[in-house]
Amino acid sequence: MESTTISQPKARARLRRKKHPSVIPGFGLTMGFTLLYLSLIVLIPLSAIFIKASHLTWPQLHDLITDKQVLLAFRLSFLSSAGAALANGVFGLLVAWVLVRYRFPGRSLLDSMVDLPFALPTAVAGIALCAVYSQTGWIGSMLEPLGIKVAYTSLGVTLALVFIGLPFVVRTVQPVLEDLDKEVEEAATSLGANRLQIFTKLILPAVGPSLFTGVSLAFARALGEYGSVIFISGNLPMKTEIVPLIIVSKLEQYDYAGATAVACIMLVLSFSLLLGINLLQKWAGGAARSR
Amino acid sequence: MNAPIGREIPPPPASKPLQDPTRARLRKLDTKQAVTSEPLWLQRILIGAAVLYLFLLLFVPLLTVFAGALEKGIAAYLHSFGDPDTLFSIRLTLLIAAIAVPLNLTFGVAASWAIAKFDFWGKNVLTTLIDLPFAVSPVVSGLIYVLLFGKQGWFGPLLDAHDIKIIFAVPGIVLATIFITFPMVARELIPLMEEQGKEEEEAARTLGASGWQTFWHVTLPNIKWGLLYGVILTNARAMGEFGAVSVVSGHIRGMTTTLPLQVEILYNEYNYVQAFSAASLLCFLALLTLAVKAVVEKRADRARKDAVTAPGKG
Repeated sequence: MESTTISQPKARARLRRKKHPSVIPGFGLTMGFTLLYLSLIVLIPLSAIFIKASHLTWPQLHDLITDKQVLLAFRLSFLSSAGAALANGVFGLLVAWVLVRYRFPGRSLLDSMVDLPFALPTAVAGIALCAVYSQTGWIGSMLEPLGIKVAYTSLGVTLALVFIGLPFVVRTVQPVLEDLDKEVEEAATSLGANRLQIFTKLILPAVGPSLFTGVSLAFARALGEYGSVIFISGNLPMKTEIVPLIIVSKLEQYDYAGATAVACIMLVLSFSLLLGINLLQKWAGGAARSR
Repeated sequence: MNAPIGREIPPPPASKPLQDPTRARLRKLDTKQAVTSEPLWLQRILIGAAVLYLFLLLFVPLLTVFAGALEKGIAAYLHSFGDPDTLFSIRLTLLIAAIAVPLNLTFGVAASWAIAKFDFWGKNVLTTLIDLPFAVSPVVSGLIYVLLFGKQGWFGPLLDAHDIKIIFAVPGIVLATIFITFPMVARELIPLMEEQGKEEEEAARTLGASGWQTFWHVTLPNIKWGLLYGVILTNARAMGEFGAVSVVSGHIRGMTTTLPLQVEILYNEYNYVQAFSAASLLCFLALLTLAVKAVVEKRADRARKDAVTAPGKG
């Protein structure tokens, strides 16, 4: 009898729910409030954008998509977000590795500072980065003689996006590195593998999915970022304009249809990215469990 | 993984654990000469590279803010807070956080109660929908409210007829701030409450506690640290939000400029000392948030360790 009930957990759960309603109260109240608040603040306003965009005519849409300024902004946003996400992949892995594997003075301070880009208002990050990397800034003035310009170039945009994306990679990779079984490494060493082989053949494959998740999260965040970028980018027309800035400048010219269309493209992009990341996490979680 | 071949079989788990000093010495040996670590020179290079990277990316910008604020001395720093526009922006920022944070706190607690303590169809969908605002660009978050309540928006004519202003006014800023910080408390609480299960609440109910008593005396003490961090994080984001607020605010001085917007205005006017002084307040807020996070994490860690070792004691 025992075995039959265990083999059908779903049926059993359904039965239990039917026969014994939960003794914990408040489901109706909390669920009702949750759905109401969610609809009023998030769902209805978000649907407004899609309904508004559906009123666009084809010629309008065609003009918009072939507008050189919009296209260049999409190109810059994509390339700089991808560059920043890749840089974060490399350096984020390094930072996570050092924080997990080594003990040194100041480690816990560094560990908590990794979240600074989450906690620091983007406008503050923006003016600070601009001040540091402008021609007269601490680092900008050192790079100037080398012929490297950061502020008001696409390099500056990428740098701001690196700043914003840092915690995503570190915080997704860190727990996976912490959970890695050291016995496997010991076994590999005793079988004659060197550290490089162990890193590329054991550690990297194990961290791979979480590293990829972190990089995609950083990329998704970078695409929409506004506050930290607009100061260091200088917003030079056709040169350092990012997509969110295009939306803002269209709004300032009362071009609501144009702003909505660009926003709609961005929303579809970021929702599909989010969906992809969720599926990826599920896959990574499954891989981790089956190991 | 079974016991590695060619090694001594480890002592059976029933045997007495090693004395603490011996264990500590062994652990030290382990980290220093472990076969599973890099040579010391490589460790030093990697540590150095990581520290340098974080120093350049995080510490230098932070220090620049304080250096910029104090460039003309302490007197000038303090003087910049005498500016009526800056003072107004601080007050407005506090007001907006005072409205947005309690609302999102209530929502976060209600949503995590419903999601963590009950089973229902569509739970994953609901959790994903709650996370949605994180996937939306701040600028787009502002735009959606402009499309609803702006002059050409859905409710624009209606609001105009009743002389109610939402966009380019305080209500719009509040709405955008609520949207941006929407998932934060719920995100902190849902995993915490799911991990704690519902046995304690069920026991309290069986012993005759009312729903509210159960919440105040059983659930709340269990989640208070996570709740505190969620609130602090929500508050930091609410006070610091820039993109969404900038779209709905209209930048009307002394009317709709929050502290981050005031920083932007001062910076664009080349008023650097005042801009960095105002920014330094937001930096303090960020550092406070990180400090609270560190404390909360330490507490949670200790609680988890207690939970693991407790059964062994009896």
